[in-house]
Amino acid sequence: MTQRVAITGIGAVTPLGVGAETLIDRWSAGESGIADGLGCCREFEPTEHLSTKEARRADRFTQLAIVACDEALTQAGWADGPSVDPDRVGCVMGTGIGGIGTIEAQLDVLRERGAEAVSPLAVPMLMANAASGVVAMRHGLKGQCYGTVSACAAGAHAIGAGLRMVQHGDVAACLVGGAEAGITPLAQAAFVGMGATSPSGTSRPFDARRDGFVMGEGAGALVLETEEGAQERGAEILGYLTGYGATADAHHLTAPEPSGEGASRAIALALADAEIGPDGVDWVNAHGTSTQLNDASETEALKRSLGERAHEIPVSSLKSAIGHTLGAAGAVEATATVLALQRGIAPPTVGWEERDESCDLDYVPGDARTLERNGRPLRAISNSFGFGGHNAVLCLEGA
Amino acid sequence: MPTADKEQIEKRMTDALESFGAEREQIKREATWEELDIDSLDLVELAQIVEEEYGVKMKEEDMKELKTVGDSVDFVAERAKS
Repeated sequence: MTQRVAITGIGAVTPLGVGAETLIDRWSAGESGIADGLGCCREFEPTEHLSTKEARRADRFTQLAIVACDEALTQAGWADGPSVDPDRVGCVMGTGIGGIGTIEAQLDVLRERGAEAVSPLAVPMLMANAASGVVAMRHGLKGQCYGTVSACAAGAHAIGAGLRMVQHGDVAACLVGGAEAGITPLAQAAFVGMGATSPSGTSRPFDARRDGFVMGEGAGALVLETEEGAQERGAEILGYLTGYGATADAHHLTAPEPSGEGASRAIALALADAEIGPDGVDWVNAHGTSTQLNDASETEALKRSLGERAHEIPVSSLKSAIGHTLGAAGAVEATATVLALQRGIAPPTVGWEERDESCDLDYVPGDARTLERNGRPLRAISNSFGFGGHNAVLCLEGA
Repeated sequence: MPTADKEQIEKRMTDALESFGAEREQIKREATWEELDIDSLDLVELAQIVEEEYGVKMKEEDMKELKTVGDSVDFVAERAKS
């Protein structure tokens, strides 16, 4: 029998503010953190959280990760390092791109001042595994540690990897999450160039008027540990990570497979892993990017995997409130899911108004909705899909 | 070659070390890199600044000999003159 894995700490930095509670409070209230067509973490001031040395040695994506991870570890009671053997604590952080702000800045240095002026900090800042390495170093986590890279599914893959690590007994606990800071001139131009972002600057997942995603940035983090271990040390259990499923479309570099076949297999695998059927799902925290293709194929995937039940389950997209945080999205959304289940609510798809033929589910327009407890803990799935055809789905359960 | 006096070099290096995160009041001639929490990556940056501003190369083998702020200021001042 595999170990039941508890979530004992969560943290988030998003366009809605610093902190996981802030995120769920504001999302539930229907607020949006998007301004001028971008989801920037405007309330995040690195020097409020980091020393000069830490801040200047970390790309923004790592800075965001550090703060989200500090919050998660503090909640788990491990602000001053884990109380279990640190050799048995892992750390996996996803990112879509890594330190692209550093790459762009150092390319300017190279062109303007020559190779010798390129910073010795460039590599440790730009590498996609920087967040995992820096966070592990900051908190003395000495178990397995690496980054996951799968575009917008990276955060969810990191969480899935940590789940397996804990279930398998490789580690007693694992800090997992994702971080992204891709609102830079090159990344923005590149996403605009491929027609993925919203020309109108609005994030309207599943709405007929949707015209692309809004770039966001942020980080999310969770502390996973065995239920047994959490109970032994008296940690508060916030929820459970009960299932994980991941697949590939093997279809197209950027477009999702239109029938949602790959995504639906990931959902089915996650449900099987959690040993529940469609009836066991109370809420879907969707990938819901606000692109024509994703939202239609995700809707197909939900119907394929959940059958008739898909029409009864509320489906919300956090991206309606913060934009698309790319490699952080899966982690930010899992963090929000833990709190939504704790509060027993499905927060709204902010701004959803017009039904689209290809998106015919219940996308929770207007206000947050109370989820009915059917004499058992509430459960949700959290979907993440990435360019490259990566699909990763998590199944979470309330405490 | 730019000319610079020792006082000016010391001030520039102090500013650089402070920007790397060292505490200003601890940056004294006798302070060691260890005391200031200045590591090898910081020293490469310091060498870049020194070369750009004073035309003095601080090579890795030179760095090994330079244990304190004062050692480095003297090293740079000596070579910046010649």
